Amino acid sequence: MFRGLARDSVRPFLVVLDLLGGIGTLFARALYLGFKRPFKVNYIFKQMEFIGVNSLLVVVITGLFTGMVLALQSSYGFRKFGAEGVVGAIVALSMTRELGPVLTSLMVTGRAGSAMTAELATMRVTEQIDALRVMALDPVKYLVTPRMIASFLMLPVLASISNFVGIIGGYLVGVKLLGINEGAFVNRIEKVLQFQDIYNGLIKAAVFGIIMSVICCYKGFNSRGGAEGVGKATTEAVVASSLTILVADYVLTSLMF
Amino acid sequence: MDAIAVTIRDLHKSFGSQKVLDGINLEVETGKITVIIGKSGGGKSVLLKHIIGLLKPDSGEIWIDGTEITHLKEKELNTVRGKFGMLFQEAALFDSMNVYENVAFPLREHTHLTEKEIERIVVERLSQVGLSGFAEKMPGELSGGMKKRVGLARALVLDPDMILFDEPTSALDPIISLTILDLIKETQLNLRKTYIVISHDILGMFRIADKVAMLYDGRIIEHGTPLEIRSSTREETREFLNATKIPGFTGGNHE
Ligand SMILES: Nc1ncnc2c1ncn2[C@@H]1O[C@H](COP(=O)(O)OP(=O)(O)OP(=O)(O)O)[C@@H](O)[C@H]1O
Ligand SMILES: [Mg+2]
Repeated sequence: MFRGLARDSVRPFLVVLDLLGGIGTLFARALYLGFKRPFKVNYIFKQMEFIGVNSLLVVVITGLFTGMVLALQSSYGFRKFGAEGVVGAIVALSMTRELGPVLTSLMVTGRAGSAMTAELATMRVTEQIDALRVMALDPVKYLVTPRMIASFLMLPVLASISNFVGIIGGYLVGVKLLGINEGAFVNRIEKVLQFQDIYNGLIKAAVFGIIMSVICCYKGFNSRGGAEGVGKATTEAVVASSLTILVADYVLTSLMF
Repeated sequence: MDAIAVTIRDLHKSFGSQKVLDGINLEVETGKITVIIGKSGGGKSVLLKHIIGLLKPDSGEIWIDGTEITHLKEKELNTVRGKFGMLFQEAALFDSMNVYENVAFPLREHTHLTEKEIERIVVERLSQVGLSGFAEKMPGELSGGMKKRVGLARALVLDPDMILFDEPTSALDPIISLTILDLIKETQLNLRKTYIVISHDILGMFRIADKVAMLYDGRIIEHGTPLEIRSSTREETREFLNATKIPGFTGGNHE
């Protein structure tokens, strides 16, 4: 009986370890193949376009409203101290260091990541992945590596856009709507915001891009069982990627700043 | 004795508790068309996937041109797979590419042909399968039988030494079926490659087969020339052939 208990309590850990092992192996393999000829440059461009086009609108809207609400909330708080001038700095720092990269990654996971999983899972179910193998071609090289590289490159771009739009949103609400002094708003941003804030934030976005793409590809690759399996894999991929991004965000932030 | 391209020895495969292959023994001759018949769900597709290393057996051996492939890693398998083409039962076209790109894909990845030469080959292959006007269509816009024919063109495009066809004529009307069978037979006669064909279409298959193997209950219970199979006295084979309901088709001794 104790045996059974021990086994049951260990099982979740084994499942997680197994998953981490699988995802780690896929990452290593995709990375290695990324450095091996022939380079599938057109595949990478296609994925970059896909990720960019798919996610740009949601990223812009998310960034804009996040910046706007940040300005609203912080000006409410700081007005009590008569320190409304710091609102710009707060918006800028929050966006670049944290919210730009994280929210962008979460939105891209929902838009592009889920599509990656669904596409690969469908390719698995309809034997397209086997067709590649039969042609003596490595599915990881053709399907995972381009998505991983494209995500790694595109997420910092999208996060930059989100940062920029977020600060504009903060400016609109803070200066135009709530009447904070424009000079103070801009001046504080210039004083407080350092290049490192932006730079580290974008590094985080790049790492999130790898996490998101590898997990989403892994889930798609290993899906089982028809249309239902495709749906299940997609849900799992989005949840797993989002959680991992949030955990990784804490770890990276504590290491960087 | 003819040369042997594929030797399968005592191949076993189960999915969970379901035994699918239960001791397959088969020798496929080089440069011939071997047709594998057997009932639906009998394990024909599973057998084909073992031959090309997509599935690993529980036990048994598969020799291809002197290499035992069941123990090979994916990378080593790729050397063997270089000799193969395959038509999947559901065609397995890449649905991110149009018909033209699907057929051109093996050429692009495995040859250094110029765009012009690729175009010439693809256009010819598409016209052979009767799909000349459909190069720009996406797989999602094709009927099942059309997909099958694109898959066939893709499998043939590199002229590999060995091609596996999983039911090339299922989902086709009788007239196109004949065209496709003739195309397979003609190509094989011209190039003398080894073809393994799975089918339920018994009449059609006897038209092209050099050898026929009957899969029953997870084993190859008979293997011989079409004439030998047609005049078989085994209960299981006779029952299967009688189901074609063509009077006088079985017991072809009178030919
Ligand atoms: N990946 C798999 N996992 C579990 N069971 C499988 C798998 N592939 C095939 N099977 C089972 O193996 C058996 C044989 O399947 P297979 O596809 O080889 O049949 P088949 O002879 O090709 O039939 P058909 O002529 O209808 O295509 C079936 O009962 C099927 O359920
Ligand atoms: Mg089948």
